[in-house]
Amino acid sequence: MAGILIYSDKNQLALEILTAGKLIANDNGLKIKAVSINNDEQAEKLAAKGAETYKIMNPELSLSDTAAMASALLQVTQKLDVDTVLLSSNRRGKELAGRLAQLINAGCLTDVKSLKTENGSIECVRNVLGGATVAVQQVISDKKVIAISPKAFKEAENEVGGSINECEVDIQTSGIKLIETRDKTGDSVDIEAAEILVVVGQGVESQEDLPVIMEIAKKLGGEVACSKPVATDKKWFGEERIVGLSGKICKPELAVILGVSGQVQFIVGIRDAKAIVSINNDEKAYMNQIADYVLVADLKGILPELMKAIG
Amino acid sequence: MNIVVAMKQIPDLQQIRIRNRKPILDDVALTFGNIDKNALEAGVQLKEATDSNLIVVSVGNEALEDTIKEALAAGADEAYLVLDDDLDNIESSASARLIAKAISEIDDVGIILFGEGSGDNYSGQVGSRVAALLGLPQIGYVQYINLNGNKATLIRSLEDCEEVLEAELPIVVSVMADINEPRIPSVTQILKAGKKPKEILELDIAGDSMLETISNLAPEMQRKQIQVKTVDELVQVIKAEGLI
Repeated sequence: MAGILIYSDKNQLALEILTAGKLIANDNGLKIKAVSINNDEQAEKLAAKGAETYKIMNPELSLSDTAAMASALLQVTQKLDVDTVLLSSNRRGKELAGRLAQLINAGCLTDVKSLKTENGSIECVRNVLGGATVAVQQVISDKKVIAISPKAFKEAENEVGGSINECEVDIQTSGIKLIETRDKTGDSVDIEAAEILVVVGQGVESQEDLPVIMEIAKKLGGEVACSKPVATDKKWFGEERIVGLSGKICKPELAVILGVSGQVQFIVGIRDAKAIVSINNDEKAYMNQIADYVLVADLKGILPELMKAIG
Repeated sequence: MNIVVAMKQIPDLQQIRIRNRKPILDDVALTFGNIDKNALEAGVQLKEATDSNLIVVSVGNEALEDTIKEALAAGADEAYLVLDDDLDNIESSASARLIAKAISEIDDVGIILFGEGSGDNYSGQVGSRVAALLGLPQIGYVQYINLNGNKATLIRSLEDCEEVLEAELPIVVSVMADINEPRIPSVTQILKAGKKPKEILELDIAGDSMLETISNLAPEMQRKQIQVKTVDELVQVIKAEGLI
């Protein structure tokens, strides 16, 4: 390995993947390099954690223009003689990963939830087949791009020896114009942080049942989450509450699952819960097979009862 | 103008069984991923709004010639296919190379649509790789597209904000599931699908492998599976476990 570089648009995620980057750098006897783009604060943070940091400050380079971003990172890998790039597997990071991998002729793995490094190899763990299985994979091409899921690693610790260096690249814009950035209208709930989740599935038939479900979650000290169709088809909730492969991967102490049949892409988002309760009117629902406690019952009737019982 | 939608044939995930922690894929029906169907629907809506031609591009094993009827029934006008039984489980890099090659055989391409991730691997790389191969601008995670002549207005949905963007065609776009609700094809559409033109491309499928899979196993999930009869009993047991 010639050199390893990290980049994320988000400060928090940059510090998380820095931890992963240090593991790989140490294993290969290298010093970890980092790049920050139009983000002074991030450059300072990365340097304080021991990274040899390169900052690109150029208002012409827009984070929205993925082609321009990938081209800038390509130039950084060439200038710094880097063959392995770690990115964050948030949306911007994933979009960038494929483009950068193509430009530098690298194999690429995204949504990596943990990794192990030994004798130069980087074994990455990620969900495949919609989450039905978990694969251990490695990139075997000389160049490598690896995008690491948020929260897979803890923030890097402070470390001496970091530095900040200016870095200049040619900006090649692709003509994408950012007209406006808007805040999301949805709420700012963090279902990944909740100890208890009450999860609404399509078995909850009426939107009128939601207030009592919200109340139950509140009484339990938890949050309400949902399966994907409840957000994307029924639009009862925003996408920030979706549990599953293309939503959030949650690890609560307790998950109370209301009327979810248990498709594999859903299960992957909740299977690491410590305890799972499934309430479903369908005895044969697959969800019941991977629950600790199963109550076969009509949801509408059960909700007021449940609220009273936890009182 | 031609609108292109790239779709990936995948095993029906609901039919995959696990034996000794290994996935059993024999006899599992093939279909398209859900988000790919959103991409197709986005293509159909743009085609209707702009009076364009909609071409679906896909790469897969021989069964794809049958699976593709799903997309033709749902509104695609024609299909460009790369068929080979060695194309099962191909890597994103190889898939992107073949899709880009297929698209380069199509004239007057305005917009190339992908789902933000395939239903099985959900790696989200292929759209970005194709954009790089074709040297086109790209916008991922899109939940709104409007075409006005040669200009597109799009909304990209990020975790914490939305971006309103303008771009000139041609452009590569990946869409999110909430962009639309795919229509169910009518019986007549299904019947007509078999007669729509299919271009089978002969491309060199050989390429270097960039990834190695060391293991692929179902996670061990040992759950108690205790049936309770009433709400009171349920609340009692979870209280006894100290969960609430």
